[in-house]
Amino acid sequence: MNVRLYVWQRATAALMAPLVLVHIAVILYATRAGLSAADILSRTHNSIAWATFYGIFVAAASIHASIGVRNILVEWSPFSERGAGRFAAVLGIALALLGFHAVFALVVA
Amino acid sequence: MSSAAPAQLSVSLWRGSDDGCYETYSVPRRASQTVLDVVTYVQRHIDATLSYRFACRVGMCGSCAMTVNGRPRWTCRTHVAKVAANGRLKIGPLENLPRIKDLATDMQPFFEKWRQAEGVFAPSLTRAEPMARIKPDSRARMAADAAIECINCGVCYAACDTVRWNANYLGPAALNRAWTLVNDERDAGNAARLTAVAASGGCHSCHSHQSCQEHCPLALNPTESIAGLKRRTVAAYLNGELKA
Ligand code: SF4
Ligand code: SF4
Ligand code: FES
Repeated sequence: MNVRLYVWQRATAALMAPLVLVHIAVILYATRAGLSAADILSRTHNSIAWATFYGIFVAAASIHASIGVRNILVEWSPFSERGAGRFAAVLGIALALLGFHAVFALVVA
Repeated sequence: MSSAAPAQLSVSLWRGSDDGCYETYSVPRRASQTVLDVVTYVQRHIDATLSYRFACRVGMCGSCAMTVNGRPRWTCRTHVAKVAANGRLKIGPLENLPRIKDLATDMQPFFEKWRQAEGVFAPSLTRAEPMARIKPDSRARMAADAAIECINCGVCYAACDTVRWNANYLGPAALNRAWTLVNDERDAGNAARLTAVAASGGCHSCHSHQSCQEHCPLALNPTESIAGLKRRTVAAYLNGELKA
């Protein structure tokens, strides 16, 4: 890992720490309060706050996970550094697409 | 030596290169015997073709490191009493380095990485100028002093899993050395040095799991030095002083 990847990985980790806490709190609240899917969608629909929250979360998680996977591949697989980097880039884009699709479904669709 | 200790040691030594195997020898137990004494006994009295390295025998030159009962150690300062309570010794070449023959490894990759990490002093003054005055209690000098006593034995390099997993990783000793120079006020090579240790395979590959520190015979702490390099390179990167 070079300094650029290191900074991105640490920065996204720092960004995600509070987001994860809020995310878990939301899950606990939704299950305890017995919210149905329709209840949840009614709260998230057209909400700029939730779109921003989960949009940032998806971006940070995609970057963080792909850098981590790249590092694991470099150390534990026969992939070259370049091969690991390409695989991780594809993974990061795939994670981002899936995540943004879910956010879109939650807020807009 | 206590009277309960066995009169003979059972000593398995790695013989050959990668395709070699352990062979077992019987070596008389002596008082205050070191692991290097045991290896030397085999070479002098049993098999003169045994290859191994040593020079100073007093823990200064760093050439005698081997794997002793599973751990990398400096053999000249390791007492048999400390590592072979049951009278058995299994001694192999250092891990993570190419094997040449028997207990001798090729140290070239180790020193090559030392050079790659810019672990060489770059003078900022010529001999015509007056000597630099360095305060011994300045923060930078104390950081350099804490890491400076390395004898290049390669024990930390052999103990580091990241070296094992990532052939490009510079390793604890080279990075520890770079940290001493980063803190040397007389040195003018930091631009190149920080770029070298911030690149792929540099300080950011370290997992901070501290095997190096655990095994270093001089009780140095390469993990701490590497943490210092991480901080310094991140600051330089964020200030736009590094290309990466
Ligand atoms: S702390 Fe870093 S250098 Fe030391 S053994 Fe672990 S990975 Fe290797
Ligand atoms: S840091 Fe310690 S273990 Fe590593 S080469 Fe130097 S003296 Fe040996
Ligand atoms: S022989 Fe010199 S350090 Fe062991």
